[in-house]
Amino acid sequence: MTLAQERPVTESLATREITYAEALNEALREEMRRDPTVFVMGEDVAVWGGGGIFGVTRGLVEEFGTERVRDTPISEEAIAAVAVGAAATGSRPVAEIMYVDFIGLAMEPIVNQAAKLRYMFGGKARVPLVIRAQEGAGRGNAAQHSQSLEAWFCHIPGLKVVTPSTPADAKGLLKSAIRDDNPVIFLEHKALYFSKGHVPPEEYTVPLGLADVRRVGRHVTVVGVHTMVGKALQAAERLAEEGIEVEVIDPRTLVPLDEEAIIESVKKTGRLIVSHEAYTRGGYGAEIISRVVEAAFDYLDAPPLRVCARDVPVPYSAVLETAALPQVDDLVAAARALVRNER
Amino acid sequence: MTEVESRPGARAASLDIREALRLMLTIRLFDEQALSLYRAGEMRGTTHPYIGMEAVGVGVMQALRPTDYVSSTHRGHGHTIAKGGDVRKMMAELLGRSTGYSGGKGGSMHIADMEKHMLGANGIVGGGMGLATGAALTAKLQKSGAVAVCFFGDGALEQGILHETTNMAAIWKLPVVYVCENNQYAMSTRSDWSVAGGDPARRAAGYGIPGRTVDGMDLFAVNQAACEFVERARAGDGPAYLVCNTYRYHGHHAGDPLNYREKEEVERWREQDPIERVKRAALDAGVDVAAMEREVAAEIEGAVEFAKNSPEPSVDQLMTDIYA
Repeated sequence: MTLAQERPVTESLATREITYAEALNEALREEMRRDPTVFVMGEDVAVWGGGGIFGVTRGLVEEFGTERVRDTPISEEAIAAVAVGAAATGSRPVAEIMYVDFIGLAMEPIVNQAAKLRYMFGGKARVPLVIRAQEGAGRGNAAQHSQSLEAWFCHIPGLKVVTPSTPADAKGLLKSAIRDDNPVIFLEHKALYFSKGHVPPEEYTVPLGLADVRRVGRHVTVVGVHTMVGKALQAAERLAEEGIEVEVIDPRTLVPLDEEAIIESVKKTGRLIVSHEAYTRGGYGAEIISRVVEAAFDYLDAPPLRVCARDVPVPYSAVLETAALPQVDDLVAAARALVRNER
Repeated sequence: MTEVESRPGARAASLDIREALRLMLTIRLFDEQALSLYRAGEMRGTTHPYIGMEAVGVGVMQALRPTDYVSSTHRGHGHTIAKGGDVRKMMAELLGRSTGYSGGKGGSMHIADMEKHMLGANGIVGGGMGLATGAALTAKLQKSGAVAVCFFGDGALEQGILHETTNMAAIWKLPVVYVCENNQYAMSTRSDWSVAGGDPARRAAGYGIPGRTVDGMDLFAVNQAACEFVERARAGDGPAYLVCNTYRYHGHHAGDPLNYREKEEVERWREQDPIERVKRAALDAGVDVAAMEREVAAEIEGAVEFAKNSPEPSVDQLMTDIYA
């Protein structure tokens, strides 16, 4: 896939603005109408506030009933495990884990069952499963409700990992994830639910594995995940005033990764920053850097940098939480250092 | 609703004794062959023999329709055979050949027959809980009339997933029957020590579902209870809990030091051998048991020959089947 390929979302003739949560709700509603084997299960997805703690499943139970919009007990392992069994037998479950932090309780069915059944059975099983969870910090939810754990899933062959940053991508990617015949870990960001953006009113999907170049620049490439895309765009505005042109890439899906888009960008800029709210150590940014170094070492004018969360449990205090997370200032400083050789 | 019962000789109407005996013999000879192949160094990894437990898998499976689902355990050969699996493809998988069920990618612990709704052996204790319960959810949502059976060992009685799935199945009235194969040991750990509260079937009362313990060495007792619970689930009355007391004659796997149990204990269980009991009933019913034994032995020998003559997988298959 190349950068020149069609990018139906950001360049579409969008005429209306809705929130990220509303966009996800539309995707679920449309896919449940289209395919009777699609159903939703999770904690508080039906009754609480009309559907979901952030309203993503709002109103679905009224349209589709309690059989297809299933409130579950507080049993994360069973939610994931039962969804795997349903997926392997002809259903297309969209199972919700309310906070990704709770997914430790559900890792066994995700890692050892969903991801591996097809391979272990020589290609004779199909697990068309979506596990939705939300991650991220910024709301003072502290250490057990604020993590970004995407790297855990990226490590496991057999899973796909999706991280939308805009309402339009959230909708188009969720529709693709539901139609995909593989287990997809669909990670939303809690701070993005109420962000608004253009979402095309007509039917569309966004393919898994296609990055989006959100801003074109020639001096430094920033690959951002979730909120870090928006922060990178803010940093790019500031840096433009001092003559530094930043290219901002949103990979949109981490597995499969649109490596080509990133590598082509770095070949042009010669400089790379990766940025995510996940911890720096062992984060997926390190994987992106490794791939770029392996494929385009000779094009690099400076060592690639990670502008990611500090390696600390996410603190509660606003002062401490802000200090733990990568900020626009950090991106600006990193880009300046790379471009002006100030490291 | 807990009750303990053992009714040797009580025949359930659904049981085809000839077919049941054939399957039990097939399981025993298959796993004896697997052990000798392992000891001869022809198998990698390990193998977990089902020998001694044949009445459970066959007794339950005889209560099922072909479209019903089954999830299994690491000790899964017996369940695959009882669900109608192909012993040639199974043996080839044990030897890691391209003609095996998984083309050599899974081995003994990952044999599945999705077309026969056998959702696979499983290397994780409790790994089949979600698969069977999820299959039951599909059956309920799609109103297919299918029932799912989840086989698990006494070791899984101590796993959290059992509680979560049983609870979920009970509140949703899913058509699933949880069948505990209590073979008395989880590796070296005795279930009468590791399972609190005595008879595990008593746990069912906590979920408001029926539970029963039967003599798992008695095909007819297993089958009768399974028929009752399966038809109850099919009628929409929800899950049940069937505990079958049984015994594995061999170790946990081929490399078990077996330093944790007395030979006398093994002998006591062998005296109740499930196959010998069925043979007597089959002879009474006019089955030519000797001829059947010869046929099954020939079938297993043929499976070994097929497996040994099959090619190894090609390395270009390494990276296929990861994603659909």
